[in-house]
Amino acid sequence: MTGGVAPEPLLFESSRAGRRASTIPATGISRSGARDRLPAGLTSATAPQLPELSERDIVRHYTRLAHRNFSIDEGFYPLGSCTMKYNPKIAEVVAALPGFARLHPAQPPDQVQGLLELLCALEAGLCELAGMAAVTLQPAAGAAGELTGLTLIRAYHESRGEHRTRVLIPDAAHGTNPASVRLAGYEVVEVPSDASGRIDLEAIKEIVDGRVAALMLTNPNTLGLFERNITEIARLLHDCGAKLYYDGANLNAIVGRARPGDMGFDVVHLNVHKTFGTPHGGGGPGAGPVGVTPDLVRFLPGPRPAQLPDGMYGWRDEPDSIGRVHGWHGNIGILVRAYSYLISLGGAGLRHVSERAVLNANYLLARVADDYDLPYPAPVMHEFVVSARRHRRASGVRALDIAKSLIDRGFHPMTVYFPLIVDEAMMIEPTETESRETLDAFAAALRELAEEAATAPETLRQAPVTTPVRRPDEARAARHLVPRWYPPADAPAS
Amino acid sequence: MTGSGMDYTPHTDADVTAMLAVLDVASVDALFDAQVPAELCVDKLDLPDGMAEAEVLAHMKRLAARNSTVDDGVCWLGGGAYDHYVPAVVGAVVGRPEFATAYTPYQPEMSQGNLQALFEFQTLASEVLGLPVANSSLYDGATAVVEAVTMCLHATGRSRVLVSGGVDPRVQAVLRTHAPGLGIDIVILPVGADGRTDVGMLASAPDGAAALVIQHPNVFGVVEDVPRLAESAHRAGAQLAVSFDLLLSGVLEPPGRLGADIVTADGLSAGNSLAFGGPGCGLLACRTEDVRRLPGRLVGRTLDADGRDAYVLTLQAREQHIRRERATSNICTNQALNALAVAVYLSWLGPQGLVELGETCLAGAAYAADRLAGAGAPPAFPRGPFGKEFAVRVDDPHALAAGLAQHGHLVGPVVAAPGGDVLLVAVTEQRTQAQMDDLAATVRAVREELSGQGPRNGGAAGAGRSRVAAASPGGPMGAAGVGVS
Repeated sequence: MTGGVAPEPLLFESSRAGRRASTIPATGISRSGARDRLPAGLTSATAPQLPELSERDIVRHYTRLAHRNFSIDEGFYPLGSCTMKYNPKIAEVVAALPGFARLHPAQPPDQVQGLLELLCALEAGLCELAGMAAVTLQPAAGAAGELTGLTLIRAYHESRGEHRTRVLIPDAAHGTNPASVRLAGYEVVEVPSDASGRIDLEAIKEIVDGRVAALMLTNPNTLGLFERNITEIARLLHDCGAKLYYDGANLNAIVGRARPGDMGFDVVHLNVHKTFGTPHGGGGPGAGPVGVTPDLVRFLPGPRPAQLPDGMYGWRDEPDSIGRVHGWHGNIGILVRAYSYLISLGGAGLRHVSERAVLNANYLLARVADDYDLPYPAPVMHEFVVSARRHRRASGVRALDIAKSLIDRGFHPMTVYFPLIVDEAMMIEPTETESRETLDAFAAALRELAEEAATAPETLRQAPVTTPVRRPDEARAARHLVPRWYPPADAPAS
Repeated sequence: MTGSGMDYTPHTDADVTAMLAVLDVASVDALFDAQVPAELCVDKLDLPDGMAEAEVLAHMKRLAARNSTVDDGVCWLGGGAYDHYVPAVVGAVVGRPEFATAYTPYQPEMSQGNLQALFEFQTLASEVLGLPVANSSLYDGATAVVEAVTMCLHATGRSRVLVSGGVDPRVQAVLRTHAPGLGIDIVILPVGADGRTDVGMLASAPDGAAALVIQHPNVFGVVEDVPRLAESAHRAGAQLAVSFDLLLSGVLEPPGRLGADIVTADGLSAGNSLAFGGPGCGLLACRTEDVRRLPGRLVGRTLDADGRDAYVLTLQAREQHIRRERATSNICTNQALNALAVAVYLSWLGPQGLVELGETCLAGAAYAADRLAGAGAPPAFPRGPFGKEFAVRVDDPHALAAGLAQHGHLVGPVVAAPGGDVLLVAVTEQRTQAQMDDLAATVRAVREELSGQGPRNGGAAGAGRSRVAAASPGGPMGAAGVGVS
C-alpha cells in the first residue's frame, strides 16, 4: 500500500460523454429496431448512467485504488478468527484453466467428467479431514454453511416427529451463529463461558433438554482455547437427542491432527477461504462445505456429484434432501482452488499447517505477554486474545488506538473488540505461513506501542498518519447515509 | 518437509528450535498435548501424499482436459448463466492481489481502494436495477431472492409469499429450502398461455401476502408486465421483488423504475467466468426507506478526521457481527471480488455499450427464434415477447438437446412449462448469424434423425460439429442430454 495521498476520483467523475472502452461483435444481424418488438412500457427511455471511460482510464483508476488497499500479499494480516494465510499462486493458475473456468453449469455430466471427479475427490478429502460421512459443496460461504447445517438438523428432527425450538451457542460465538439460528427458525439460547474461557459444562447440563435442537461450537473457540470437555459435551447433547454443530472457522488449529467427527460433532462446516488457503477477495468469495454424520446424509442438499455404478460421474439426489442452497452448484472456482491446495499439501502437509499455526500463535503470545493482559492462561491453539485494559486504565489508550498505530508500522491490525466477553480485546491469529522474523517484528511493534501508550498516548490517538485517510467518521456515515454517487445536480438533499 | 508436497510454511529447523526454546517446551506436540485430549488426536489421515507444484498443475490439467468447455462447441445455454464475453481488462483488475488477497475492509484506512470500488459497484448496481440503495453483494441471484423475501417479511409482518411460475425453478428451490426456517408459506402463481405471470391469478391468490416474487425476463425468456404486477401487488399490500437480468438494462427499463420495491440480479454472466455457475454474485437494491432491512455489507461515504472524503462499511448495526440474532441476515463473507468484476465490466461497457449489447442480444434472439421455428422448433409462447432467451416446444426436448450436443450445439436447459417441458435457447452478443443458421439446420437434421426419417449420422455438418470433433477426440458430447441438475 503506497497510500497515495491524492484522492482518486470516482469512475463517474472521470466520465466524458462519447468516450468508451467496449467493442461489441458484429453478429451479422442488424440491431436496428431490435427493441421495437418489446412492449413500449417496458423498454428503457434512457440508459443507466454508467461512466464513459477508455480502457486506459479504467486500468489507471483501479491501479490507483489497488495502491490504496492492503493485502496478505503485501504484509502481515493477523486478523483473529479470519485465518489470513498466504494464498498459493498455483491455485489461481489452475482455476483459470478453460477446462474449469469455461464450463456452463447446465452442461450435462458427460461433458464435465473431470470436474465431477474433482468435486467427488474434494468431498472425500474433506470428509476424511472432518471425520464426516458425506459433504455438500453447495454453500457459498461459512454463514451459508451454518444455515445449511441448521436446516439439515431441522429436517432430521422433523423426520422423527420432533419439533425442537432452541439452539445453544456460547457467548463467545461469532455473530453469524446466532443470526443463522434465527434464520433457521430457532430461538437462540446463549451459554456462558466458564472461568477458564471455555463453554460452561454445568450451564449446558442445566439447559439441555428435549427442546434443544443443537449446540453450535467453534473448537478451538474464539479465544483460541480447545474445548477439552468436548466428548462430555457431545454426550450431554446426544443423550437428549440434540445434535452438535461444528463451526469450522478455527479448523486451521487442528487440521490433520484432530477431527470434529471424532469429538462427537454431527454437522461440520468448513471455510475453504480460511483453512484451505483460497484468497478472500476483499470480502469474498469463499465456500462453506458442510459435512454430516451418516444419519444426516439423506437430507443433504442436492444435486450431489457422485460416481455412478458404471464408473462415470453424474449427479444424485438424496431421498429426503432439504433442497438447493445455491442457485447452481456452489462456488466451483473456489472449490477448484481448495482442491489444488488439498493435493499440494497432502495429509502430512495439512498436519504441518496446524502444527506451525499453533507454534506461531504460542510464540507470538509469549512475545507480547509482558506488555498486554492475558485474560486466560496459555497455551493456546492457533490464535489468542489479549487485552489492552491496563493501557486504557493508565492512559486512556484503547485497543482501537493500538490497532490504528499498527497501520503506520506496516501491519494490518488484529481483530479488536471481539470476542465480546473480553474487555478491550485484541484477537491475534498469525497463521502458519508467517515467519519468525515477521512475528518478532510485530511483537516489537506491539511492545513499542505499549511503551508509547504510557509516554505519548496522544500519538496513538492520532494514528494512523501515513494513510490516505485517517479515522473516518463512522457515525456520520450512518447518520447521513451516502450509499452511492449521484451527478452533482441530481444528488438528493440530505 | 513431507513427501514432495509444499505446505507454504517458512519455518527452518533452526526457527522451530528457537521458538520452542522461547516457549520452554520440548516439541510442538507438547503444545497440542497440553490442550487436546490424546484420544482425540489422529496420527495419520487417509489422504494422498502431497505433490510438487508441477505435479499439481499436471494433475489439474488432466482433470480439466476431461471437461468440454463452452468454446468446444457453440454455447446457446442459458437458464440464468450466459456466455457473454468477459473483456481482458476485468481479469487485469480482479487478478491484482491488492484486491484478491485482502480481507473484508474492516480497517478503512488500509482499505480505501476496496471500499471505493465497492461504493462504485453500489452506484452501478443502483443504476442498472433502478433503485437508490444497493448493497455490496450477496452470494448469487438465487440467495439474493431469498434475502429479498426476508426483507418483505419484515416490512409487512406477513408470511405468505406469492412466487411467479416464471421464476427459475432452481431459484424457487432455494427459496423452498429456506421456507421452514423463515416460516413462510409459498403460493405459486402459474404463467398464462403467453408465458407471463397471470395477473388475473394474482387477484384470486390468497390474501395477506408479504411479497410477490417475479423474474424479468422470466425463466422462459418472456418479459413480464412489471408495472401492472407492481400495481396489483401494492393493491394487495404486498411488496414486489423482481429478479432481473442486469445486462438487459440498456434495453429494458430497470424494474426499480417500474414500481418494484426490491430488485435482485445475478452477476455471474456480467464480467465473471462461467466457472460452472460460481463464483458470481448476487445484487440487491431497495428503496431508501427500506435500508434498515437491507442484508449484507453496505459502503457509505463520509469524512475523515481531516475532513477528506472517505469510505467505510456503514449501517453495521443491521449486521450479524453487531446485531447477532436480530441481524437482517446472517451473511458475512460475500462475493466482493465478483462484484468488483461486475463493476469493471459495466465500466468497460459504458452506457452505449450496454445499449448495443442488449440490442445485439435481442436482435440475435429474434432471428434465431424465427429460424428455429422454420426448422420445426417453434416458440413455446408465441404471444410472449422475449429478451435474449426463448423457449421452444418440441416433442422430446431432452433428446433434441442431446442430439444437438453431439453436433456441438449446446442448448438448454430443459425446463418444465405449462403444457410440457420446453427447451431454452439463449443468444448472447457472441453468437453469429452463421451459427444461428447452422443451429437451425442442425435442429432440422436432429429432429429428422429422432423421428427416424433422416440419415442416422445427421445431415448438418456445421461449424459446431467439426469443432467438437477436434476438441474431444475421446467421444461425442451430449449423450446424457442437457438438464438442470
